[in-house]
Parts: sequence; structure tokens; C-alpha cells
Amino acid sequence: MKKLIELQINGDTYEVLIEPWWNLARVLREQVGLTGTKISCETGDCGACTVLIDGKAVKSCLYPAMRARGKEIVTIEGISPNRKDELHPLQEAFINHFAVQCGYCTPGMIMTAKALLDENPKPTEEQVKEYLSGNLCRCTGYVKIIEAVMAAADKTEAEV
Amino acid sequence: MRFEYLEPESIDEALAMLSRYRGKSKIIAGGTDLMLQMRYKTIKPEYVIDITRIPGLDYVTFDDNRGLKIGPLTTIRDLETSLELREKYPIIAQAAGQLGSVAIRNVATVGGNLCNALPSAETSQVLVALSSEVRIAGPGGERSVPLEDFFTGVGKTVLQPDELLREIVVPGLDPGASGTYIKHSPRGPIDLAIVNITVLVTMERDRKTCKDAKIVLGAVAPTPLRARNGEDVLKGRKIDEALIDQAAQAASDEANPRRGSIRGSFEYKKEMVRVLTARAMREITTKGVE
Repeated sequence: MKKLIELQINGDTYEVLIEPWWNLARVLREQVGLTGTKISCETGDCGACTVLIDGKAVKSCLYPAMRARGKEIVTIEGISPNRKDELHPLQEAFINHFAVQCGYCTPGMIMTAKALLDENPKPTEEQVKEYLSGNLCRCTGYVKIIEAVMAAADKTEAEV
Repeated sequence: MRFEYLEPESIDEALAMLSRYRGKSKIIAGGTDLMLQMRYKTIKPEYVIDITRIPGLDYVTFDDNRGLKIGPLTTIRDLETSLELREKYPIIAQAAGQLGSVAIRNVATVGGNLCNALPSAETSQVLVALSSEVRIAGPGGERSVPLEDFFTGVGKTVLQPDELLREIVVPGLDPGASGTYIKHSPRGPIDLAIVNITVLVTMERDRKTCKDAKIVLGAVAPTPLRARNGEDVLKGRKIDEALIDQAAQAASDEANPRRGSIRGSFEYKKEMVRVLTARAMREITTKGVE
């Protein structure tokens, strides 16, 4: 039987009707309409569905939507500072460093990178690689992605 | 997959649900294994019991007399980053950091890693090497089981359908003990191990003679495997290159990997046990003992 639950996403409250076995990625995309979060492997390998839950990077395809009640969910749509049309430094860096090819892995990459920079604002390149190791890019554009994260870290640091 | 999602708020409530839906229910903690198994339909529970809303099951506490206690809902990431573990039980933190990606480690729990009982599980073999016990809660009360006896097969443990893992207890570590964890896999932490190994060596005060040794092998038997012959080679002896090679060969002889595994052949896995045992021993003897 479907259940009506409340989710806190990007600072807004949503009421959604879900089956108890639906994963969070599916609910975000199909119930809430936030399609920035991607679903690819749906087995926890590729990282395309990464979102932040209470500040931590989580693969939303392996996360029961029921469990997300009462937690702060942040998706790629919710990371713009202040205004909706302003880009997060990571988004800007991904554009400036051409860290996007087909773009399907990008939201997950950025969400994982955001978790990293929130935790460690000045990571080494090795730490960036290690942290992003659960996000796959099938265009194999890793070099640019790592450059973009390093550049965003510099920029975030400069602003502090 | 279809199931009812139950959310007990106490251990007693969870145990009552497990009894009521005996055999038809599954506990979900982090869910990183269970969600996959349900997706692949290798299990089809009618009731999924989410224990993460039960307070007080997420902790790492250390006491000089009573050793280390770990709550089953402690995430793998918390084990990896715990300063107390890094200082007092570094091999736990080391192995935890080799389990999947950060986003998996953020939700996967140590209790789940043990109860899922994969023979390659990171925390299982390290905690076996540390002579841990697990406390199990059931309808008749609690019981304790040495972790080594907890596993009975691939994905199988001594847990009854109406029991749950309550706590992991790790005894204090001898000051002369030093260990390491090595995982051999194509892409580091991301993949399951082809072979993984934990070696824990306790030296006498002369820092040359081996007082005690634990060699635990993963992915070469249905459960984490103590290489007892390899351990016996080391005990009471002065450690040198020849002894290390002898212990590594003994451990390799004990490994009994399944033929036809997709991750590595029988012969390859046995050879890697020999290589990794020797590598672990060299790492420990150069790092741990000046």
C-alpha cells in the first residue's frame, strides 16, 4: 500500500505518495520531479545518483526513500548559493575546465566533490581521486574533472 | 520487490517483529547489500525491518580494562575516521577505508558487513584477527559468540531468524601487537577482493621473537579463514626472511578457494595468499618492530 511521506529536499518540504520499496533516487526523479539526480547502474557502483543526506554523500539508488524522512536531502538542484540562477563554484569550475562530456555523471561527480570540499576544503589531488573513486565517467574525462575540483577548492579557499 | 517497511524504535520492538514475522523478514541497516539482494531478487522478504531509528546502536567506546565496544550501526566511514581506532586499533580503520567508495562507507554499517557474511568482508576478517566476540540479542535474552564461530558459510551466520547482532566486543591489544590489512582487487576499494588478508603479529619484549600470530584470509573459503598452520610456523620463533616464506607457504597451502570463481582461479588465489602473507609480514616487521 502506498504511503504519504514528507521529505525535506533543498530546504523545501515535499509530500509524496510512495511504495515502501522505492529507492530515494526514483522518488526524487519521478515523484518530486528533480531529475538532476541521475540513475544509471542502480546497483551502487556508478555514483550518478549521489546526493547529500545530512551533509554526507550517499548513493540514493541504494537508499530506501522511507528512511529519508526527517533528514536533510540536498540534490544538484539545491547547491546554488543564495539565488537559484547563481552557480556553485564547483559547477562553474566544471564548465570552465570542460569537465563535462556527455554530462550524465556530472551531477553525481559534483555532489561527491561538494561533500569532499565541505569536509576538507583543501584536498590534495590524491585525496580528490580517492574520494571520487565511486563515481564513474564512461567518457573517461577524469583528468578534467579532477582539475575542476582542484580549481573549485582553490576558489572556495580564496573566498574564505 | 515488494515489502512492508517496519521501523522499530527499540531492540525489544525489533525482536518482537522478528519473532512475529519469523522467516519472512529481513533487517535493514545501511542497506547497501540488502537493497541489491532485493533488486536481484536473491532474497524476497515480505517485511523489511529498518533498525536505524533505534537509538544507541551507533558507538565506538574504548576502555583500558574492557577493551573496545562497537555498536552494530556504526558506519564503515566512522570506523575509518575514528581517531581512537586509528590510534589504538589502526588495522580496523585501515580495513574500513578499503570497503567500497566513500558514499557506500557513509551508510554501510559494521553490523551489516558482519551479518551479510561475505567471505571477503573487510571488517569480518580484521575483527576475527583481533579475537572479537559478538553479543547477540534474541527472544530468550542475550548470548555471546566468538566472531570466528559466527560465520557458517557464504552469507550464513549462527544468527537465528529472530535474533539480531547487538554489539561487537574487541579485547585489549597487547602493546607488542602490530598488524596490517591488504586487499588485492582490480580497482582498490571499489571492487570486492580477489583475496584479502589480515595479519596480526605480537612480539616478545626482545622485539625479535613472535609471541602470537593471527593470519586471516578472505575470499579463499566460505568464511573468513584462520591460516592456523601459517600462524604456528611463526609462534615462538625469531622472525626472519626464511620463516616469513615458510609461514606464507603454509598459509597458501591452507587456502581452499572455490574453483570457478569469477574473481580469480584456484591456483591464482592460492599463489596470491602466499605473496600477500609474505608482504604483510614484511610490512609489519619493518613498520612495527624497530
